[in-house]
Amino acid sequence: MMQHLPILQVLLPLLGAPLAALLRGRDMAWGLALLLTGAAFLISIILFSQQQMTGETLVYDLGGWPAPIGIVYVIDAASALVLPVISGIAFVATIAARRLVEAEIDARDHALFYAAWLLTIAGMLGQVTTGDAFNIFVFLEISSLSAYALVAMGAGRDRRALPAAFNYLILGTVGATFYVIGLGLLYMLTGTLNLMDLSERLADVQSTRAAFTALAFIALGLFLKMALFPLHFWLVPAYAHAPSAVSALMAATATKVSVYVLIRLVFGVFGIDFPGLADAVGLLVLTLGIAGAFVGTLAAILETDLKKLFAQSSIAQLGYMAIGIGAMSATGLAAAFIHLFNHALMKAALFLAIGAIAAQVGRASMGTIQGAGRQIPLTMTAILVGGLALIGVPLTAGFISKLYLVRALLEQDFWLLAALTFISSALALAYVWKIIEAAWLKERPKGAPVLVETPVHYVPAWLMVIATIGFGIFASPLVDAAYAAAHVFIGGAR
Amino acid sequence: MAGDMLILALLGLPLLASALVLVLRDKPNLRDGQALLIGLITAACAIELYGRADGDTLFILSLAVGLDISFTPEPLGKLFALVAGVLWPVATLYTVGYMRGAGEENHTRFMFFYAIAIHAAMGIALSGNLLTLFVFYELLTFSTYPLVTHKGTPEAMRAGRIYLGILVASSVILLLLGVIGIWVLTSTLDFATGGILAGHIDPFYVPLLLALFAFGIGKAALMPLHRWLPAAMVAPTPVSALLHAVAVVKAGVFTVLKVAVYVFGIDFLRETGSSDWLVWLASFSILAASIVAMSKTNLKARLAYSTISQLGYIVLGAALATSLAASGAALHIAAHAAGKITLFFCAGAIYVAHHLTDIKEMNGLGRVMPVTFTAFALGALSIIGVPPLAGAWSKIMLMGGALDNGHLAVLAVLMLSSLLNLVYLGEIVLRGFFAAPSHGLKSEAVQEAPLTMVLPLCLTALMSLALFFAVDVFILDFGG
Repeated sequence: MMQHLPILQVLLPLLGAPLAALLRGRDMAWGLALLLTGAAFLISIILFSQQQMTGETLVYDLGGWPAPIGIVYVIDAASALVLPVISGIAFVATIAARRLVEAEIDARDHALFYAAWLLTIAGMLGQVTTGDAFNIFVFLEISSLSAYALVAMGAGRDRRALPAAFNYLILGTVGATFYVIGLGLLYMLTGTLNLMDLSERLADVQSTRAAFTALAFIALGLFLKMALFPLHFWLVPAYAHAPSAVSALMAATATKVSVYVLIRLVFGVFGIDFPGLADAVGLLVLTLGIAGAFVGTLAAILETDLKKLFAQSSIAQLGYMAIGIGAMSATGLAAAFIHLFNHALMKAALFLAIGAIAAQVGRASMGTIQGAGRQIPLTMTAILVGGLALIGVPLTAGFISKLYLVRALLEQDFWLLAALTFISSALALAYVWKIIEAAWLKERPKGAPVLVETPVHYVPAWLMVIATIGFGIFASPLVDAAYAAAHVFIGGAR
Repeated sequence: MAGDMLILALLGLPLLASALVLVLRDKPNLRDGQALLIGLITAACAIELYGRADGDTLFILSLAVGLDISFTPEPLGKLFALVAGVLWPVATLYTVGYMRGAGEENHTRFMFFYAIAIHAAMGIALSGNLLTLFVFYELLTFSTYPLVTHKGTPEAMRAGRIYLGILVASSVILLLLGVIGIWVLTSTLDFATGGILAGHIDPFYVPLLLALFAFGIGKAALMPLHRWLPAAMVAPTPVSALLHAVAVVKAGVFTVLKVAVYVFGIDFLRETGSSDWLVWLASFSILAASIVAMSKTNLKARLAYSTISQLGYIVLGAALATSLAASGAALHIAAHAAGKITLFFCAGAIYVAHHLTDIKEMNGLGRVMPVTFTAFALGALSIIGVPPLAGAWSKIMLMGGALDNGHLAVLAVLMLSSLLNLVYLGEIVLRGFFAAPSHGLKSEAVQEAPLTMVLPLCLTALMSLALFFAVDVFILDFGG
């Protein structure tokens, strides 16, 4: 049983999806989703602690066929770190989903909603676990196609969900196509799709034009999927008009998986020594990352709709992850992993809290939260803590992210870039403070709907808030795990 | 009591007070009484710690490898803890009198954040490394924001935005960059006698690194990052006392001095000449702020610019990078705290008793409020630097430090500044005692503020006097 955990992790939600679609009756599908995401979370925790204790890479041969003939699932320090992020947030989002989905989605569609929900989670977990480049594409499509459907389900309340989902579909497909074109080139060059095999055989042909073209296609495709500036335009409407539960799940996990796949492919297959990688690609990613940090933050300052505001902030935060990757060093990759983890916690807290408001009044905006600080203090405090973490205030997880990100930049003597990073994160104060002033320092307008909060509303968000603060104070295990993950791809001292 | 328990007490007592404020929110007398009592215990602990030898450390936790939250008092930190600890109960007594006398609302919220701010100041004072210092520095900013915006008026909100904007932006963009820079360069964040930077950096870059700290520590209100301080005077007067004397700006200049002494090392700064530019900037800040102060007729605004000028002295002491100047700067932290808190207490007493804020309306007020104006005169003389008041010593030591380092022009700056101080602070005293009464005053009969306000301002005025005679206790030796 124990040795089958890597595949069970993916298989449980994948097989649960059709079952959920068949279930009728109140809460049946939700119960199944809760059970399966809970199981996936438990499995990922076990895999993580196993990997941490032994320090070894766990390879699972699918159907008993060893690589390179069969497909393998690989649990190394990197995938072991990312899995609990996705499954854990999926679990908490599923807890919250019951209330949010009841409020926002037609009762007839609940079973289908949870089917798509489980599929997208299975797809994400699959991308992280698999050791096969084409298998990554398959799971990427599984998670994306179901995500398009989930976003479109927001149309019951907000018709703009339909064009948002359509845009997302078109651009997501373009991204996936780029990825698969790059993969085709690699297969032509090396005759293999296994990631380990690929990296070995690529060494012989690494100076060819075809290999560099493959890198370009793969990186570009994944830039699109991870919403790196300027390829981010699909993200904001998709997050803003999707049902609240979907916004929370996707904002916290979807783009992170693409960041992970980018690191896995670029550093795990092509490798840091690949010609043109460190200078050309590194410089490009750094530039786009810092530009994204500014564009996202400035756009967030101008936004009044809270979902859009924090979606814009995600663009900035993905920029920070890109900066970590662009530093092309072990510390940089560790910083990217740390921020991937921490940002997932903060954004989940924020979108779950915002969802609790949106589910009541239809739309969470500066207007609807005006003076809400005294009416729903716990929900608003969750938004406050999430916001402070985004700025990088000490003793929140965001501070640890910034610390290591800037450390990575300074190790490479990128002082100016480090200053720019901090300027953009200080600008985040403007949009967070706008919310604080609206919620606490202004009176609730007369005739505004009364907002309520019960444990169903705030407990999921607060689980993430506690994690955000917890990992801001006891960051040691995360930092160690992130360095271990980085060392899978780049050697070097701590 | 063991040394680490004493550190824990200094950090924990203000937190306890803030918790009890919330618990006792429906019983105003108990709520304020316990804050005063805990303040007195804190002051006793601070005095006890000041008298002890160094070497105690309190380790709280480690965020990650090399990132510890820990406290290691050294002489400078103990001095700042002493200043904050002793002035806290005095300020609490005054706060109680002011808040009731001026009819301000939301006492509980006010007392709560006041105590948190003291906790943050203690954390800064006793911090054993740059990370701990930075964490508590930010806590101090965020905990004083509700105090600055206490009145909730649009003007207070605007001031709050300037306050938070300048302090957070400067600390996140520049100070944190400097801290991480030190971490990358030296692989440590711990303070050490003599500094930790020598040998880890090309001397060419030291002035730039110093600039990250000089401008990153916005609380030191070095021009051009001073705007938040005058803006914050919209807050009730006890907040001004907290900002100007007890905690906030003192935390700023303390941090500058601490970084200069225990991170850069004054010998390293002097040998590389890296802080020469800061000498000139601090001199400019001293004179420019004094000139602006002369143009202000609102009493609190004038005092605010006077603070900016006086903070320049302390930054100057750090920048001169001699042992004598650094000692003078450290002494000035205490001397200016005692002097300036007296002046602000008097400003608040004048407001509560007669609702006057403009200097032009204070003609003849000295005869109506003789105690308050005598205290004001003592505080003013200390700031100007006239013996037998505390400010005289720190100025003499700064002058000596400037001579040591060959900065003769700085002597002229210090003398000119004393002259300017005399003009803009003396004016208030002269108007109060000697000018014909202005129309605003209803009678010539003595009418002081409540005793809860008069007592603290007498105490602090006496402190200025006592500091002059007991100065040898407050002169720290930084070697070199």
